[in-house]
Amino acid sequence: MNNPQLNKDGKLQHLLTTEGLPAPILLKILDTAESFVGVTQRDIKKVPLLRGKSIFNLFFESSTRTRTTFEIAAKRLSADVVNLNIAASSQSKGETMLDTVNNLSAMNADMFIVRHSQSGAAHLIARHVRPEIHVINAGDGRHAHPTQALLDMFTIRRYKHDFHNLRVAIVGDILHSRVARSQIHALTTLGVPEVRVISPKTLLPTKVERLGVHVYHDMEQGLKGVDVVLMLRLQNERMLGARLPSAEEYFKYYGLTQEKLALAKHDAIVMHPGPMNRGIEIDSAVADGKQSVILPQVTFGIAVRMAVMTILAGN
Amino acid sequence: MRILIKDGRVIDPENGMDAVNDVYIIAGKIVAIGAEPDSFQANHVINAKGLVVCPGLVDLSVRLREPGLEYKATLESEMRAAVAGGVTSLACPPDTDPPLDEPGLVEMLKHRAKSLNQAHVYPIGALTQGLKGERLTEMAELHDAGCVAFSQSDKLLLDTKVMMQAMQYASTFGFRVWLRPEDDSIADSGVAHDGEVATRLGLPAIPVCAETIALSKIILIAKETGAKVHLCRISSAEGVAMVRAARQQGLPITCDVAVNHIHLSEMDISFFDSNCHLIPPLRAISDRDALRAGLVDGTIGAVCSDHAPVDEDAKLVPFGESEAGSTSIELLLSLVLKWAEEINISLAVAVAKVTSEPAKILGVEAGDLSVGAAADLCIFDPDQHWRVEASILKSQGKNTPFLGMELLGKVKYTLANGIIVYED
Repeated sequence: MNNPQLNKDGKLQHLLTTEGLPAPILLKILDTAESFVGVTQRDIKKVPLLRGKSIFNLFFESSTRTRTTFEIAAKRLSADVVNLNIAASSQSKGETMLDTVNNLSAMNADMFIVRHSQSGAAHLIARHVRPEIHVINAGDGRHAHPTQALLDMFTIRRYKHDFHNLRVAIVGDILHSRVARSQIHALTTLGVPEVRVISPKTLLPTKVERLGVHVYHDMEQGLKGVDVVLMLRLQNERMLGARLPSAEEYFKYYGLTQEKLALAKHDAIVMHPGPMNRGIEIDSAVADGKQSVILPQVTFGIAVRMAVMTILAGN
Repeated sequence: MRILIKDGRVIDPENGMDAVNDVYIIAGKIVAIGAEPDSFQANHVINAKGLVVCPGLVDLSVRLREPGLEYKATLESEMRAAVAGGVTSLACPPDTDPPLDEPGLVEMLKHRAKSLNQAHVYPIGALTQGLKGERLTEMAELHDAGCVAFSQSDKLLLDTKVMMQAMQYASTFGFRVWLRPEDDSIADSGVAHDGEVATRLGLPAIPVCAETIALSKIILIAKETGAKVHLCRISSAEGVAMVRAARQQGLPITCDVAVNHIHLSEMDISFFDSNCHLIPPLRAISDRDALRAGLVDGTIGAVCSDHAPVDEDAKLVPFGESEAGSTSIELLLSLVLKWAEEINISLAVAVAKVTSEPAKILGVEAGDLSVGAAADLCIFDPDQHWRVEASILKSQGKNTPFLGMELLGKVKYTLANGIIVYED
């Protein structure tokens, strides 16, 4: 079964998911991102690497945050960026997703950055675009959010250096999380020996341990001796779907407070993909505390996205 | 019209025949097999040397998409597909638009089908009005109009009391109730089997207990009401086990399996192939193996195609948004032969699963080559390969997980009422 992300030379053609990407490719992205961190800190925050390239942000599911970071990353590479908020335009006129993609392809796009509410959307688009067009998955349903996972790996490497010695815990709604799935694949590929998921049973997918994780329902047990705590956002809909009774009970048992964080290693880092629900999954004291690297994640996110676009455009 | 089918290997499971024999047809009926009738002069001779001659296939679930859903397929195209697949009797579910809940609609469908002079169509009537699961349909009237059973198609009744009363009413007349065992509220918006693959792919999932909980309800109500129940499209190992236990208790319960499910599993979804979006979902390999075993030991009586042609647009969308279903009537024979070959059972046993057995479940005179029976036959070459390609399929639906694959077993002739309705 050929990997739809790699071209026939084994190089990255699309970035759709961290699953099935060999470690050398993941590491190449992280190493390339290193060089771009410097760029984002300079006075003139631009390099001409993607000058003249057309990058289309195809957001079928709206998101200002992610779209903005991709836009900034593309512009720092000197690319031309077009933002398409599909919900407001042709989709509502009944145009199919693939028709939209075909129309835009005809406008000579070089890269599509796609976010969609359905799992598999980015794979479908990648299967149908012309061979010269690269697709980056900016989040598809519950399935994958590879650039988020990559910036998380970059952040972990920055503070912890060696993946092979770490205990990492992912806390929250794993069932509905594309971030968690992408993180799990990246962590296991990069050789993290122990990946834990901490969640009530109603928020865990079936047979999740087959992904290579240890399952904990007790957060205090799950955080013992952990080096990295990856928090996930809890969406309000979970209470409506009869999976959780209330945000208060969730915070009491699965929210990250200073007391719970103290069970992890004293130098453990706390991460969150954002946006945070303060007081629901994470306490303000922790989010703003000295172990939190949540803001650096955002900075690194731009460098990692610049790296992904550069590598794809170069292949 | 006098037809002689010469030198074919005649496989007629109902009458225990598997031997090279000649078949004699006069005026649309089988008059003899083996010994030539006195002064028989054939108008037409079919040379069946090297071919298998068996009863025309009986398919328990074929969506013809008429009335109402003609943009997906038409009666003409799907009837042509049916005979190309060797099918001469088919049952169509009531989920048309409008659903088959009025005798007038049923009569119209039967009339339309009859005028095409191809396969026999046996409509399954709606169990409740509009398939809404609230009020009963006029089952006796629908039966008079030609319905052979009553079902909710893919929508299981949510209200247990209505289900019980519907089954009790049907049982008054001895009518069969066909139910798909899936608990709607547990299945929710699931599109794939709740297992390793759905977890990886982030697809909303349907656990096995959606099937077993529904089965539990149906079996207990069947016991209570004495209704004759046929379970449509069993999908799990646990489900098969429950049906086996119920049958061992002597309950009048039969079940079928869709032909895709005896081959494929959740693994075939691969990178979100929407051709594998099926109802019920493709489950784990262990479930598939249990379905195969259930078919061998008779717990599962028959294999059907569960033919559901879907227009291309409805499949070229993300998996969760795609319409479920596969075009399968033209692959039914080949896929059953493939199963037989893989698990090493005889051709006769395999043929029974798509001829005499489904005919019994349907309760119609079909699926065998008895003397005096209508001359409905399928003549196929068990050694000929064919490639599943959009251009070869007669159905308007090209949505099959087997697209591009080569299969063994090619239908060469199909006869219905002694008329050649398909010739390769």
